[in-house]
Amino acid sequence: MIRDTPLPNDVSERSKVRIPVVGTLYRWVRRYPVLPVMIAIVLAIMAIFAPWIAPNHPLESELDYLAAPPVWVEGGSWDYVLGADKIGRDLLSRIIHGSRISLSVAFIVIICGSVIGSGIGIASGMAGGVWDEVAMRIVDLVYATPFLLIALVAAVVFGASLQLVLILLTIFSWPIFARQTRGLTLQLKNMDYVASARVTGGSEYRIAFRHILPGVVNTVVVIATLQIGSLILTESVLSYLGVGIPAPQPAWGSMVADGREFITTAWWVPVMPGGAIFLTVFAFNFIGDWLRDYLDPRLRQID
Amino acid sequence: MVAVMIGISIIVFGLSRLTGDPRLLYMTPGTRWSQEVWDARGRELGLDKPMVVQYLVWAGNAVQGDFGDSLWHKRNSLRIIIEKVPATLQLSGISYLLAVVLGVTLGTISAVTRGSFLDIGVRSFALVGQAAPPFWLALILIFIFAVHLDWLPTSRRGDWTNFVLPATTLAWLGSAGLARLTRSSLLEVLDSEYIKLARAKGVSTSKVIIKHALKNALIAPLTVAAILLASFLTGTVVVETVFAWPGLGRLAVDATKKNDFPLVTGITVIFAAMFLVSSLLADLLYAYIDPRIRIYDS
Repeated sequence: MIRDTPLPNDVSERSKVRIPVVGTLYRWVRRYPVLPVMIAIVLAIMAIFAPWIAPNHPLESELDYLAAPPVWVEGGSWDYVLGADKIGRDLLSRIIHGSRISLSVAFIVIICGSVIGSGIGIASGMAGGVWDEVAMRIVDLVYATPFLLIALVAAVVFGASLQLVLILLTIFSWPIFARQTRGLTLQLKNMDYVASARVTGGSEYRIAFRHILPGVVNTVVVIATLQIGSLILTESVLSYLGVGIPAPQPAWGSMVADGREFITTAWWVPVMPGGAIFLTVFAFNFIGDWLRDYLDPRLRQID
Repeated sequence: MVAVMIGISIIVFGLSRLTGDPRLLYMTPGTRWSQEVWDARGRELGLDKPMVVQYLVWAGNAVQGDFGDSLWHKRNSLRIIIEKVPATLQLSGISYLLAVVLGVTLGTISAVTRGSFLDIGVRSFALVGQAAPPFWLALILIFIFAVHLDWLPTSRRGDWTNFVLPATTLAWLGSAGLARLTRSSLLEVLDSEYIKLARAKGVSTSKVIIKHALKNALIAPLTVAAILLASFLTGTVVVETVFAWPGLGRLAVDATKKNDFPLVTGITVIFAAMFLVSSLLADLLYAYIDPRIRIYDS
């Protein structure tokens, strides 16, 4: 490529004109996950301020608006921007309130799961021997257990509830943290700086908290972000199958399930809440990928 | 593997003993049992004996294929399950093959044409597959191809046209991660010295990719393909429910809605066993493909 020499035709003259703002913006968009972060911020605002943002009540139905279409479809109105479901509840308001459920379930589970998982991982990496062996066999067992079917059995035994969803998801989310942090701990504990800490009289607890923990935090954060998306998906699958969040609550998964027979007549009823799940998971997956490349490219294999 | 199977059976058994009287789980809701029947059932389940004996009684029955009669169908649960196995195996087998072939092919195409529109297309396909909830993807495919264009049937089992939508849904979800992984690992290999040497000595591009690069690049994706079987299990349950496919997954969901405890536990144990056998097969295949694993494992 020859640069600096002005080309004769005016087409390339025009392309040489540079607008600095656009160029910087373009580079930003390429380097940072701008769009996904924006989606995530909107979701967070939606979830926190749901009652003040939602234009209508999520549970009250309006008989004038039975299966009203969204505003851009013929017959739609600005009162019900995304349309209404079969008993006239505003879809947008339900989706906004549903974001509360999805996000809070995902965040509670990921915090419990990462704390329990990395705790067990570091402990078994440090301890070694029988405890390590036992912990890793339990991890293997959880990995080999078909989660969804255990969830179905549990739903028959206990009945579907929010607590059950939280407990089940936590039980199945810690092993990945345990396995990864254990591997890292095994590497780190043979490092010279850990040996010097031990020589200077640091206790096992001090070594675990002051010297090992900072070394695994990046990995834990990356896995946690990557897991959020799949947790939201799993919760929505449970709710769709009717073993997740029970009925009157506007969980996204159960909203799709309620509207599935309307796919032929009022497609927006099932499609809108599903779209909300899709956008949310997409945003968190994207941010997770970016964080992984940025903080811990070693984790590429986990996909 | 046997240990894992025992572990799963203990989990299922433990769940049945965690609330109230387990006899209630074996009772059809809304019926009454006389005191004699109630006591007899208690003795049958070994409720008067310690937990370990109760487990052994339950596991002994389960090994002989007796999970108790289904509360809804009033027949032996295992019979009902076995009737549904072929439909599930057919659907998941076809979609699994489709997913692996699709994932590897798309990943290869995308790596080779890096930066092109084709590459962007494949990557968007993969991103959608990883983020879309299975039931939603299925509904959208139904909406486009069955309702709007009216090309394919919406649900149930029949001739090959009934396979198209459910298999596509499952394969799309399954191939997404695989395509991304194939792409990144192929790009890594294409950057290595031996590929540059092969190119320098004049081997054609297609030969470099197929004979030299793919052999090494496919190890990671094939490991993931083995793990993928687990997510297929979840996938079939949901997809069978959406498409009214008369298989195990839908049976499990129906049984859950009817609180049919014996049937649900039976399906869970059978599913777990199928899952373990297939992951064992995957391990064997993996050791066959990558000889280094055999040394590494011992």
